[in-house]
Amino acid sequence: MDVNPVILKFVYAATVVSVIMGLCSYAVLAERKISSWIQGRVGPNRTSLPLIGGIPLIGKFLTRLGIYQPVPDGLKFLFKEDVVPAHVNKFYFIMAPVIALVPALTTVVVVPFGRFVTEAGEVIPLVLANVNVGLLFLFAISSLGVYGVVLAGWSSNSKYPFLGGIRASAQMISYELAMGVSVLPILIWVNAPGREGTLNLFDIAQAQSGFWFAMWMPVSAIIFLVCLFAETNRLPFDMAESETELVSGFHTEYSSFKFGLFFVGEYAHMVVGSCVFTLLFLGGWNPMPFVTLEALGFGEGILGAILSVGIFSGKMCGMMFFFMWIRWTLPRFRYDQVMKLGWKILLPLSIANLVVYTIFIFYLDTKL
Amino acid sequence: MPIVIKRRPLNFLEKLYLPEIARGLSTTFKKIWEKPVTLEYPEQRPTIPEGYRGVPTLVKDPEGREKCVSCQLCEFVCPPKAIRIKPGEIPENSEYAHVEKGPQEFEIDMLRCIYCGMCQEVCPEEAIWLQNQFSLSGYSREELVNNKEDLYELGGTLPDEHFKWRKKKEAAEHGSGH
Amino acid sequence: MTDVFFYIFATAALAGALGVVFSRNTVSGAMCLIGTFLSMASLFVLLEAYFLAVIQVLVYAGAVMVLFLFIIMLLDVKETAAKKASIYTWAASLIGFGILITGVFAISAAVSIKNKAPTMPEASGTSLKAFGYELFTTYLLPMQVTGFLLLIAMIGVIVLSKKVNTE
Ligand code: SF4
Ligand code: SF4
Repeated sequence: MDVNPVILKFVYAATVVSVIMGLCSYAVLAERKISSWIQGRVGPNRTSLPLIGGIPLIGKFLTRLGIYQPVPDGLKFLFKEDVVPAHVNKFYFIMAPVIALVPALTTVVVVPFGRFVTEAGEVIPLVLANVNVGLLFLFAISSLGVYGVVLAGWSSNSKYPFLGGIRASAQMISYELAMGVSVLPILIWVNAPGREGTLNLFDIAQAQSGFWFAMWMPVSAIIFLVCLFAETNRLPFDMAESETELVSGFHTEYSSFKFGLFFVGEYAHMVVGSCVFTLLFLGGWNPMPFVTLEALGFGEGILGAILSVGIFSGKMCGMMFFFMWIRWTLPRFRYDQVMKLGWKILLPLSIANLVVYTIFIFYLDTKL
Repeated sequence: MPIVIKRRPLNFLEKLYLPEIARGLSTTFKKIWEKPVTLEYPEQRPTIPEGYRGVPTLVKDPEGREKCVSCQLCEFVCPPKAIRIKPGEIPENSEYAHVEKGPQEFEIDMLRCIYCGMCQEVCPEEAIWLQNQFSLSGYSREELVNNKEDLYELGGTLPDEHFKWRKKKEAAEHGSGH
Repeated sequence: MTDVFFYIFATAALAGALGVVFSRNTVSGAMCLIGTFLSMASLFVLLEAYFLAVIQVLVYAGAVMVLFLFIIMLLDVKETAAKKASIYTWAASLIGFGILITGVFAISAAVSIKNKAPTMPEASGTSLKAFGYELFTTYLLPMQVTGFLLLIAMIGVIVLSKKVNTE
């Protein structure tokens, strides 16, 4: 095992990025399927690949499920004509999709997706980079993603994208604050005096072997969830896109591959957002509140690791489903409502929540 | 008098918004399990209601006689001038020689036709019918001009109650008027 | 390795800073500033002050600059043509340059840098917990004062932007 660690990191990174890309493309499929089920339609059900599609029964079934749909979807993004309108600022126009995608993929490195317990009882996190400031790193990098949207809107040099860009930046600022404040109670709990000080996502997930944080900090969870929707630009907060008002907002002028990058970026944000919510509030890889994998006897070795990854991915997929479910249920907010909700409701609420939990945790620590 | 609809002010739970979201979510969740209403088109076809106005066609009567007598009324009435008729004589030795005329050529340009049904309205012989054919496609303009054979093929045979020309012939043979 | 990275990021930071000063396009200027912030954050990482680095990105690149861009876009500032510098501009830039030179000279002449400590002292930003404790014990007063300053600025903005009721 004396492979050059730098090369090893590259391999890991490539693997994780391709997994995320795969997840994104299937998230797109899931989105299409779920939307069609909710609306009483069938959804993509025709694409079939040669050979695999021909397998009797299963092939037909998979075709009906639209399993192969991501392939032509991806090819379409690659091979459509890529139009760069004459009136755009070329440099930023081409940069914008990249800027939108890179932060989304970068944040993945600090997201732990499981744990491995050695025979000696040592717990090793399954994560690319186990940084101490993981949560802050995640917030910091994902907040850079908005530049992609803003620059796309600005460089397109036309009205609707411009409005989309402005909206995106305002929305970003408004919700980041409430989001940050809403997780503080968790951090206070995890870092209470006498405990190891950490902002590490892995440790936060491990700290939920008893109560999950969503259970005894429901207000935090709800605020965080709402902000997550806002930060990932998902309906009902897709102000930047809002196709009924702004054609399609910041990416109106984009086509083909560049549009595809934005598209993947949105879903990558969603994947990471689901992961973070699972880690912070839904107990990470703990199968049930008060029940850890160790308690079930699956603690050690490869099996435990695989189970932990499986449980984590299951929860994450559940969150993704929730994202889509919300999207096809709620109508879009009006822009002023979004601002009002952010500044006048969520922010005060999150601060009040913080104060209450600070006092509560202080009481728990001193009196008990 | 404008009608004023009083809006009930939202109660506390509704103002909280979250319970209402939950209600909406449960509605959509139930929808997921319902059977889709989609008609999967190329395999499943919709049932065409009676009186549907599809592609105009020419029909034959149950005896297999071409009903059109090429009076050209439809040609005149057709608003976008989609119909072209070249009238022709019916050969002497034909069984239907007593029918004055028949079309030699009959073309309907489906790129012009607006499916208005005027031709069907005006036809004295009930020879032209807009039937249930609704999907039509082709690779060239020429392909989309239906000529006489196409029209008869599309139209087929429709039932007839009158058998006007047979009666006319019988009447002429027996020397009695109507 | 670290040295190479230091030079790369230091150059990037300087280039970004120059870009802010010289670019005629305001959005380009803002992007250059973001580049500078990111390079600075990378320098902090090289110093193993991860917390500082992350906060730098989170606060400056992630929030403050978004606000900047928002305002630039809202005001829709067009590219400015080269203006003829007035006498004040010249005077101001001369004074500024003087201060810069003095600062650089003073720092490079400082004894503590010349006599480099044999072991690097642990940066207080390394451990998150240590950072927090320091902030709330040793540096409590400066922190409170800074907070108060920001509060004053905020109140000032609110007072200024509030429309005076003429009635
Ligand atoms: S289709 Fe009817 S209206 Fe048209 S020419 Fe023939 S008989 Fe006359
Ligand atoms: S349906 Fe109308 S447009 Fe079409 S051929 Fe008949 S009269 Fe002409």
